[in-house]
Amino acid sequence: MAELYELTITEARRRLDAGDITSVQLTEAVLERIAAVDSQVRAYLAISDDLAMRQARAADARRRAGNATGPLDGIPLAIKDVINVQGLTTTCGSKIIENFVPPYDSTAVARLKDAGAVLLGKTNCDEFAMGSSTERSAFFVTHNPWDLERVPGGSSGGSAAAVAAGAALGALGTDTGGSIRQPASLCGVTGLKPTYGRVSRYGLVAFGSSLDQIGPFAWTAQDCALILGAIAGADPHDSTAAPQPVPDYVAGLNGDVRGLRVGVPKEYFVEGLEAGVEAAVRDALELLRANGAEIVDVSLPHTKYALPVYYIIAPAEASANLARYDGVRYGVKQAGDSYWDELERTRGSGFGAEVRRRIMLGTYALSAGYYDAYYKRAQQVRTLIRRDFEQAFAQVDILAAPTSPTVAFKIGEKTDDPLAMYLEDVCTLPINLAGMPGLVVPCGFSAGLPVGLQLIGRPFDEGTLLRAGDAYQRLTDWHTRRPALTAST
Amino acid sequence: MEYLVTIGLEVHAQIRTQSKMFCGCSAEVANAAPNTHVCPTCMGLPGALPYINRRAVELAALTGLALNCRIEHNNVISRKNYFYPDLPSSYQRSQFDDPLCVAGWVEIAGEDGTRRIGLTRVHIEEDTGKLNHQADGSSLVDFNRAGVPLMEIVSEPDLTSPDEARRYFQKLQQLLRWIGVNTGNMEEGALRCDANVSVRPVGQKEYGAKVEIKNMNSFRAVERALTYEIQRQKAALDAGETIRQSTRGWDEARSVTVEQRLKEGSEDYRYFPEPDIPPLRLSDEWIAARQAELPELPAARSARFIAAYGLSATDAEVLTADRADSEYFEQAVAAAQAQGVGARDVAIWVTGELFRLTKETGESLGDIHDRFKPAYVGEVIALLANGTITRTSAKEVFEASFRDGSAPAQVVHARGLAVIGGGDALAGLAREAIANNPKSVADYKSGKVVAIKFLVGQVMKASKGQANPQAAQAALEEELGRV
Ligand SMILES: [Zn+2]
Repeated sequence: MAELYELTITEARRRLDAGDITSVQLTEAVLERIAAVDSQVRAYLAISDDLAMRQARAADARRRAGNATGPLDGIPLAIKDVINVQGLTTTCGSKIIENFVPPYDSTAVARLKDAGAVLLGKTNCDEFAMGSSTERSAFFVTHNPWDLERVPGGSSGGSAAAVAAGAALGALGTDTGGSIRQPASLCGVTGLKPTYGRVSRYGLVAFGSSLDQIGPFAWTAQDCALILGAIAGADPHDSTAAPQPVPDYVAGLNGDVRGLRVGVPKEYFVEGLEAGVEAAVRDALELLRANGAEIVDVSLPHTKYALPVYYIIAPAEASANLARYDGVRYGVKQAGDSYWDELERTRGSGFGAEVRRRIMLGTYALSAGYYDAYYKRAQQVRTLIRRDFEQAFAQVDILAAPTSPTVAFKIGEKTDDPLAMYLEDVCTLPINLAGMPGLVVPCGFSAGLPVGLQLIGRPFDEGTLLRAGDAYQRLTDWHTRRPALTAST
Repeated sequence: MEYLVTIGLEVHAQIRTQSKMFCGCSAEVANAAPNTHVCPTCMGLPGALPYINRRAVELAALTGLALNCRIEHNNVISRKNYFYPDLPSSYQRSQFDDPLCVAGWVEIAGEDGTRRIGLTRVHIEEDTGKLNHQADGSSLVDFNRAGVPLMEIVSEPDLTSPDEARRYFQKLQQLLRWIGVNTGNMEEGALRCDANVSVRPVGQKEYGAKVEIKNMNSFRAVERALTYEIQRQKAALDAGETIRQSTRGWDEARSVTVEQRLKEGSEDYRYFPEPDIPPLRLSDEWIAARQAELPELPAARSARFIAAYGLSATDAEVLTADRADSEYFEQAVAAAQAQGVGARDVAIWVTGELFRLTKETGESLGDIHDRFKPAYVGEVIALLANGTITRTSAKEVFEASFRDGSAPAQVVHARGLAVIGGGDALAGLAREAIANNPKSVADYKSGKVVAIKFLVGQVMKASKGQANPQAAQAALEEELGRV
């Protein structure tokens, strides 16, 4: 029998409902697992065991009284450290606000709390979510549970690794250019970037405001459906959170892909795509075809512009979003002779190299005389990229593609080469630019390391994505594989 | 050398809303303790997001309509990026490429008729916090004001003198108050003004270097600062110096402008569309609803007062300087007309006696409306007109009624001010005066008709002023005829 920390959310919930286990037992099992393995994985920046145990006891009390709040009641989850939980430090993986304790909950976390979830702690990430390996955390590197010498991907590497390591049953991450999907792929778990506007960004520390989305990690598409159902929907605190109704995602999981038209964009089978990754993805497509899906070749001709467009728009927005870290109201302030001197010292020493690089890129792109050539032009091309998707979705229901060109790479392998690191997201960031939802499900291994299949959907049609992902997981067992982590002694 | 003066004003007006521009905090921050009207959004906390105050947009559009602007259908909020400790997010949410209102004008009265001053734009933005400088050289920041909704009203460079600039600014204040979008209070900073001024020799086509003047906190300061700055620039040009594009502050105490910084080209605020606020698409219906919300404006009301009530242009202007005043006047006229009293008499009493009293008490007609009801004005005038009271008594009744809100008729009754209008009482007083003043009677009889004035005076004296002088004379003439 599986250990409690290895359960899916769906299975844990079944056992909780049946009275076989309590949330306290489940939470204790996960906290013990964290104690046993996290010194190797280092998924967590902070563990909120007091809060978690309080919430677990409250969940058990609700269940005993017949007042369980829903499918997440009593389920232990982890939160990426760019998402505010009232009273817990939000560092964003950065020195500059390593002491910032938010006085308010993000909407996503408030909704998880309302749903009864148990919050285990805050997970590591690249500084301000800028990175694809979690090596850019100002605090420490997170290790891939499948191979501790390799990265878990990023920027939500802590959340992905926590789930993969059995150190959480599910987690929230954020995805600006692939930061949920790429680490899900590299860690062999399921991850969903919802449609832009599906989940409120209130309380998510902004990186690229027009691109950021909060989304779930878990073992299965079904579990992701449970979490998404809890956190999605309009929010008066976020004008970009869409008013579209939130369907019952789990109810839509019928295991059926017959007649589903799956587009395969040729541009995503890029130069540099590892053979083992391509093979796993092609096998997955073949399996879908064998089970009744229709596989269609499509073209997204502006894909090649996505990377440069992304690296103008995201840094431009970031340059403004990160300007508030001046040490005046919160965060770490360096003393100086004047406001301006303090500002330079605070920001010069508080931000890491990658964050400074992007602030400079973005500042440049918005500068007078360059705005039209860079930012404005990038927005125009972004429209063309979005149109590519709209045209493709006139022919097909979903798109399927690789997530990352590679499997997990060695720690330190790409840190000196920002462009190589940026290419990690070449298959994911067009989806952010277009605002579409993307789901990653484990679809095999290459050289012993997990590979993820990326499914891309129409705006606000996470339902179809989750149905396809769930159907695929009914046909495969990749999502049931667990890394052979042994507890450190 | 002869010079041409070019002035443009940028007016910042706080939009009168209950809450701030992008969060739910109260916008009533004038007397609040520091940092008590703040939340994650207006403090720029990590993760907080703005959500737009729709009423602020409506009121700014209403302003645009009052200023004859076109309301744009597509509105974009932009981020204006710069570092300053009073700016919580290190960007100000404002409008850049697509302002809410464009291409308007206002008319101001001048010595040679009215002048039309063009308006470039009216856009919405959020206010910053406030620095409180301490004696030890440090500064404390109060973020209460951060996020308070503002409109920036930018004129064309159509103003040609300090006097005209002041009158334009006063006109804006009047209009903003009139439509209820701004208190017009300059001391509290609810209405602020910066000026751009340049001077060039007559005959030169291109404008002179633009100098921006800040820190003018009253109408008088605007006029004085501009007067000083124009003289300074003219003197500099006369001396062969060049004027540099710069920002100067008005030093009220020393009555000079002081250079604050030079502008090398325009500052680079790296404006870009605020991704946290979707573009506002304003429909024709929405704009029509704002138009419907727009009240009759002072110029139209003044013209109507002249046409409908036969007021002089001066009285009409005085009575439409303030909306509550004009409404009080109209209500007073309506009540007076029902009693057969004309609008012009009402205008005389309102602009004379009533404004004298409110000036003394520091009240507005809006303030006194429920006490000294508009109908009372006509009632006093009617009592005077029908001879119930004398002119002297009328002023007394008016003032007493103004002070405590008693109805004029009650005051007359309570104070026994009704004129002794004729009949036995007056005839008795006349006979008494005749009996006591034989010399005057003799003078009158001998043809010195003017002697009756002395007798009228005696009757008035005996009546303690309550007799109507005409009635007294009539009664005397009748009694003298019998002597
Ligand atoms: Zn606020």
